[in-house]
Amino acid sequence: MKKEGFFDEFKKNKALFAMAAPAFILVLVMSYFPMSGLILAFKEYRYNLGVFGSPFNGLQNFGYLFSSGTGWLITRNTILYNLLNLITSQLFAVIIAIFITEIHAKYFKKVTQTVILLPYFISWVVVGVFVFSIFNYETGLINSVIQTFGGEKVNFYMMPMAWPVIICAFNAWKWTGYNSVIYIAAVTGVDGEINEAAAIDGATIFQRIRYITLPSIRPTLVTMILLQVGRILRGDFEMFYQIVGNNGQLFNATDVIDTYVFRSLITNPDIGMTAAATFYQSVLCFAIIIDRQHDREEDRRRLRAVLKKEGKKLWQRMTKI
Amino acid sequence: MAKNDKDMMESAPRKIKLSASSKAFYVICYGIVLLVAVVCLIPFLLLLSGSVTAEQWISFHGFSLIPGEFSLEAYGIIFKTPERILRAYGVSIFITAAGTLLGLLLTTMTAYVISRKDFKYRNWLSFFFYFTTLFNGGMVSTYIFYIQYLHLKDNMLALILPGMFNVFYLLIMRTFVNNVPFSLIESAKLDGAGEWRILFTIVIPLLKSGLATIGLFLALGYWNDWYNAMLYMSTETKYPLQYMLYSIQQQTQALSRIAAQAGIQVQNLPSNSLKLAMAVVATGPIVIVYPFVQKYFIAGITIGSVKG
Repeated sequence: MKKEGFFDEFKKNKALFAMAAPAFILVLVMSYFPMSGLILAFKEYRYNLGVFGSPFNGLQNFGYLFSSGTGWLITRNTILYNLLNLITSQLFAVIIAIFITEIHAKYFKKVTQTVILLPYFISWVVVGVFVFSIFNYETGLINSVIQTFGGEKVNFYMMPMAWPVIICAFNAWKWTGYNSVIYIAAVTGVDGEINEAAAIDGATIFQRIRYITLPSIRPTLVTMILLQVGRILRGDFEMFYQIVGNNGQLFNATDVIDTYVFRSLITNPDIGMTAAATFYQSVLCFAIIIDRQHDREEDRRRLRAVLKKEGKKLWQRMTKI
Repeated sequence: MAKNDKDMMESAPRKIKLSASSKAFYVICYGIVLLVAVVCLIPFLLLLSGSVTAEQWISFHGFSLIPGEFSLEAYGIIFKTPERILRAYGVSIFITAAGTLLGLLLTTMTAYVISRKDFKYRNWLSFFFYFTTLFNGGMVSTYIFYIQYLHLKDNMLALILPGMFNVFYLLIMRTFVNNVPFSLIESAKLDGAGEWRILFTIVIPLLKSGLATIGLFLALGYWNDWYNAMLYMSTETKYPLQYMLYSIQQQTQALSRIAAQAGIQVQNLPSNSLKLAMAVVATGPIVIVYPFVQKYFIAGITIGSVKG
């Protein structure tokens, strides 16, 4: 048989090409074209000359970024926050998933699960309103409680060390429900008969969790961790920006690459230096993901096997609607 | 599993006596789940309570979980001069509706193409989309490109285009499309139906729950978006709801910070309760609708976790 070229395929499947074209063009224009702008990291940007007309200046932008110490600070903050958030949010999610699957009171289970997932649906702007209403000096909830008991008010916005805890807590608050949905699927994907048999054989609840539930969670946990590690240099801009805002006192403790880049972009546009920061972030993230690709695929295969059963059930339930 | 749950519930306490440690486990288990649920609810309670507390009571006592002095003043202010809020609502509804519809169309068409096993370039195309999750231009070059080359500054398209297509949704949708039997498509083809007809009259009617799932994710993304508005919108009449809330929040926060730093007791900071009332108005629709559509989100999250 003659090998078919692009044009033969195009003639044969014109309609399919046409169907994929809008998304293809959209992604090409909105995601791929801006990638070429990463070249700005090596240029001195001049608005009138545009991205491609601006002159090159070698590694000068990187020099500025790291010699001022800012580059190291924001890199360190980004990595530390991501690690902290990764550990806490996954840990909470696993615990909640185990507990929720052990609960047999139907309505209690349903209502609590609904409530725990609720924060996922709230915009970070509203979370920002929450944070300010709880922690501000004048009228914040905590200070109003302290005042009621006759204590001295605390100005959280002048206390950088409190913010890693606050940020971490709100991150967990927002994501525990979402992540636990995935773990619950993994736990309920385990054959019910195994649990039943174990119970009849006299396994205690702790033994069942230790030898049946936890091993079934493991592949999911590993996959989730690897996914997050691939994003270790990406700060969740919306979260940091809404929680911390423009409070200069807190920047040393809370500035991540993304918030730093945004602020520099808006306040004193040093395009070259900020482009250097994003270049360094994009390239390093890419390198980490590629490096971990093999592990990811292996674990995803295992995860698929575990979730396949649950997915099938879910599908049957969904098609019934 | 459901059967198993029931068995365990009925048989475990009778046949196998719960040991003391198991009982302790269940107490802790229910206790902690309840506690976490309450912690998840507290901010909402604070929001609701603060929005119906009199402004003067707040500036004197601070926020509390139970309204100290009940007042609907804040809502009164919102609805007395509703133009600003209503316009923001209009913008949000418009971008959510337009973006969700267009996004659904694009996602479904593309998912159909990459799920067609007889399409030669399906893997290449999937990788083309998937690659954007591994590598991207970053905030700076994207911002410059959108403004300088695509002229999206203060353009409503800046609120619609960036969120319209998402690889994560494409992969979830592909899972749904894959569940449509291929023999159905093949036999339609033999009967002489074109691809467009197959997609719109055979495949799409079978994708109802897939469309609902992706549509809800898209709608949630548009409704909660403030980031694109902050970057690209400069006219207040084009602000969507969340960004309008953000700019009002900014104004009061700046005032309070200046007051705190200067050590001045400000008696009547404007719109403390107003701000919370606005947050209630902006979040209300989600909280009301969410319990009814929760199952679609749970399906999407579960399927997405395998694919992502």
